[in-house]
Amino acid sequence: MTEEIIIAGFGGQGVLSMGKILAYSGIIQNQEVSWMPSYGPEMRGGTANVTVILSDQRISSPYLRVFDTAIILNQQSMDKFENEVKPGGILIYDPNGITHHPTRTDIAIYQIKGTELAQQMGNKKIFNMVVLGGYLKIKPIIKLENVVEGLKKSLSERYQNLIPLNKEAIIKGMEHVEKYEAVY
Amino acid sequence: MSELKLMKGNEALAEAAIRAGVDAYFGYPITPQSEVIEYLMYEQPEKRTGMVVLQAESEIAAINMVYGAASTGKRVLTSSSSPGISLKLEGISYIAGAELPAVIVNVVRGGPGLGTIQPSQADYFQSVKGGGHGDYKLYVLAPASVQEMADFVEDAFDIAFKYRAPVLILSDGLIGQMMEKVTLKPQKERMSNQELIEKYGSWAVTGKTNRQRNIITSLDLQSEKMEARVHRLMAKYAQMEKEDLRFEKIACDDAEYLIVAYGSSARIAQKTVELAREKGIKVGLLRPITLFPFPKKQLFELADQVKGILSVELNAGQMIEDVQIATQFKVPVEHFGRTGGIIHTPEEILEALEQKFIK
Repeated sequence: MTEEIIIAGFGGQGVLSMGKILAYSGIIQNQEVSWMPSYGPEMRGGTANVTVILSDQRISSPYLRVFDTAIILNQQSMDKFENEVKPGGILIYDPNGITHHPTRTDIAIYQIKGTELAQQMGNKKIFNMVVLGGYLKIKPIIKLENVVEGLKKSLSERYQNLIPLNKEAIIKGMEHVEKYEAVY
Repeated sequence: MSELKLMKGNEALAEAAIRAGVDAYFGYPITPQSEVIEYLMYEQPEKRTGMVVLQAESEIAAINMVYGAASTGKRVLTSSSSPGISLKLEGISYIAGAELPAVIVNVVRGGPGLGTIQPSQADYFQSVKGGGHGDYKLYVLAPASVQEMADFVEDAFDIAFKYRAPVLILSDGLIGQMMEKVTLKPQKERMSNQELIEKYGSWAVTGKTNRQRNIITSLDLQSEKMEARVHRLMAKYAQMEKEDLRFEKIACDDAEYLIVAYGSSARIAQKTVELAREKGIKVGLLRPITLFPFPKKQLFELADQVKGILSVELNAGQMIEDVQIATQFKVPVEHFGRTGGIIHTPEEILEALEQKFIK
């Protein structure tokens, strides 16, 4: 199994930390992992993205042009990465702020209303965990208990009390992810 | 006990330095290398092992602190990124001239000038062709993974002390900033002066003793003596070529085309090899792990086997010159590489290979 993922959105949306939690969870499942951020000035308010690879084998390139899965959190990222999903791959996105919805018919497209659901749960910051839950429902490559372990490892001491809330957000995402059919 | 962690390349290098029993680190922050000094400051290794960590007022100050501390026989580390390494080159030349062990890390960014903060491999010439003034070379290790960022710290110090010569770890913004799984070695104790002398001989300035004076200098105004020093350096470099060359061959046995790439480009090109073989194109990869010494003989031999060699580097074409020299123009050698901080994709490399040799 090799899963090549791009997670892309605005800086501050928790894109890099979502990737980090995936990577930690992968390690707990004894997988090879790589986490490759795009860093630099573009991180400050602009787009942020991270390539995460989970694999049973040694990972060759940490930097990729096409992906098995794209998790898209804003319009700029949709414009950039919709075409970089491998045919037969998966695109998951939060429709919040998306004006041009994806149109490809050779990939499976899913919506997860992360922003809305996180607001309903009373904490906008867990938006990325709702989206992660949506992803893990579609691609159950990591067991929920291992994601929770990954969270423990990736959150610093003073945020450990937020783990139950994060877990709840992941479950919320799993329950609410929906197939999106492009309308023409 | 060894320990499995998820770390950035820069952090892994810093932690490995503490665990290897390094005595001192002197540095100055610069993107994309700053996590090295950040991590060391945060970890406070003076409490763990007694290791000194100091942020100097500039790169020039830092390298001269390295020069001074290395003169006392201690294991000393510094790190920077391209523009900062340019500033350190005077000191590096002095350290090479004074025959001192030291480890320098360059997490390369795009240049020339202040360039960009994104990954690049444009410091190949600077690393292997001197950089500073005078007849000297650096032993250059090029890590291609977070694990190697950690492992090469101890390897670098072993070489530095074996030869009493500066060693460069040539990384880049990609390897420094990415996170991977890394197995960290158990903590080693720092060596005492006595242990250092027993293992490496008495050459350092360690304070007044009953032995003869040890003098550390790169200055020799007597030409014959200076020439003898240069010959001594050259003998060390010849020995490095004989005993400490490192490289990795991937899928070379039946290869019809060869990619030569190091560090981050080698990782990316490894995927190119996979993609090419799926298409039925027999591509192999030679990854120099040391850039000096360079796998000249291996390339000379592979040149008889393959129809073309592609030198893949995140620069405008630097290592290609060494590939051409090594293969003595027996086979076409071409370059491919993005610059300015853009990273080439595995597919781009394959397209370049097909376009240059097959189509």
